[in-house]
Amino acid sequence: MTSNSLYGPLEDVSGDAGYVAGHPERVGFFTDTSVCIGCKACEVACKEWNGLPDPDADLLKLTGMSYDNTAELGSNAWRHVAFIEQAVPQVSVLSRDGAGQLIISASAGDTDDSGQATRWLMASDVCKHCTHAGCLDVCPTGALVRTEFGTVIVQPDVCNGCAYCVSACPFGVIDRREDDGRAWKCTMCYDRLRGGLEPACAKACPTDSIQFGRLDELRVTAQARLAELHEAGITQARLYGADPEDGIGGAGAFFLLLDEPQVYGLPPDPVVTTRDLPAMWRWAGLAAGALAAGVAVAFAGRRA
Amino acid sequence: MSAEQLQVPAAQFESYYGRPILKVTRWREPHLPAYLFLGELSGAAAVMGVAAGATGRPGLVRTGRVVAAAAAAAGAAFLTAELGRPERFLHMLRVAKLTSPMSIGSWILVSHSALTSAAAASSVTGLLGPLGTAAAAGSAVTGPLLAAYPGVLLANTAVPAWHSSYRELPLLFTGGALTAAAAAGLAVAALTGDQADVSPSQRLALAGAALECGAEFMLERRSDLVAEPYHTGEGGKLLKYARAATMSGALLGLAARRSRAAALASAALLAGGGLAAKFAVHRAGVESARDPKYVVQSQAANP
Repeated sequence: MTSNSLYGPLEDVSGDAGYVAGHPERVGFFTDTSVCIGCKACEVACKEWNGLPDPDADLLKLTGMSYDNTAELGSNAWRHVAFIEQAVPQVSVLSRDGAGQLIISASAGDTDDSGQATRWLMASDVCKHCTHAGCLDVCPTGALVRTEFGTVIVQPDVCNGCAYCVSACPFGVIDRREDDGRAWKCTMCYDRLRGGLEPACAKACPTDSIQFGRLDELRVTAQARLAELHEAGITQARLYGADPEDGIGGAGAFFLLLDEPQVYGLPPDPVVTTRDLPAMWRWAGLAAGALAAGVAVAFAGRRA
Repeated sequence: MSAEQLQVPAAQFESYYGRPILKVTRWREPHLPAYLFLGELSGAAAVMGVAAGATGRPGLVRTGRVVAAAAAAAGAAFLTAELGRPERFLHMLRVAKLTSPMSIGSWILVSHSALTSAAAASSVTGLLGPLGTAAAAGSAVTGPLLAAYPGVLLANTAVPAWHSSYRELPLLFTGGALTAAAAAGLAVAALTGDQADVSPSQRLALAGAALECGAEFMLERRSDLVAEPYHTGEGGKLLKYARAATMSGALLGLAARRSRAAALASAALLAGGGLAAKFAVHRAGVESARDPKYVVQSQAANP
């Protein structure tokens, strides 16, 4: 335990969890949504590798939300590709010139009667593997643990389905399978990591929108990509979850987005709930004292 | 300017097809509100039993001990039924984890249940009196903790209406503990016809109602967006009913000596008010997790 165990930047997240020196480097995902084509290969690869069940397999479930029929991350969907259709005056198209420089050009894409074109945003969401993970903090059984890679996993043989993690996650990622009674979420393919392989989703991604690697290296890659997009004029591009100073101490899985986080169904500025835990216990102590004082007052004085 | 335009336009925010950002809690009704109510009842009843013993009121000692043990057992049953894997309840005791209010709470609940069961058994059978008294004394420590910790349990989540209420919730719950124990005391006095110990229960009801309604008032006068589910919708409505029931129950309790009917009605109002407040808190939490505006607008407001 160090002074920033509950909140703030944390250099060695596995070390803070008790792994001795020499543990593997922290790994993560950098999901660059600017090159996502919405193919859902990540969703399929994840379900295949992890053997995720589909209790509704017999039903044709259509959400009406563009091409997104997965709808959300959950106990059986550990990657979720969001599809956002936006009406814009003009669609920007990125390409590289002869010198390899990223350039922006206006699209000749179709416009509707009102002269509006449709911009597509696609993004593959996943568990953030937070530096300060609310799910892990609140788990009463020790089922949720930090791995030697700095990721967060649930041990299914320990979880008793209390569902505290479900309410503690500021991203709405982890959920309980109601037929099975336990909480499930992305493990960043812990079994594959142990075997020296990259996670199934990153392996399957055809455009390298999902990049897997050492977290410190991914942050450098992401900064370079962001600078390139800004230089080309895509000013709306921003990194999400890449800052160790943010409310969760930075995410192990972070993103490059092309609009506000809430457009993608992400919270704009999440904070790990445990930050306020000491203050909460102080108020609970006050309340417990009030109870004792209330009884003392009621029983004070002579018997009637 | 027309009347319609005078209204403040609804705040605009973007979301992903209006879907929740957070998972709406898996904690259900009636399990969660029932557990909260029974836990606080057990906590305050245990302290009431000890205070009755110290001030020479043997009838109220037994009431306190038996109610504390029964409520703790019933509360534990509701809590266990909430688990996805109830047979794994004992996994709660694999570890003691300071960052998990549920871990702390499980240890408090198990200790409190053991102590109150021993104290009640001793009181009912008349055996091992000194041991029963020692167990009861212990439950006077675990009792207030059992009543107060669920405030931290709920607040230590990402649910906006709960997290933002970490000041009010523990006070609401320990205030509710006092009124619940008072209800038990008044009801038992009315049913047995033993009026000797009515006065402490009456005072307990008044003190508890002041605390409980005070916490409800704190919730209601908050103007931040994430407190809105305590003012509007089902949560807001239930909270208003809860406050009315608790206040009238405490006042009606003052007539308990003259009328058994008044005593029973007072007990019902006090217990009903406390229970309604727990349902209100649950529903406010659900609403604040369901509507993404509570997450987006509260977080976007942060610099």
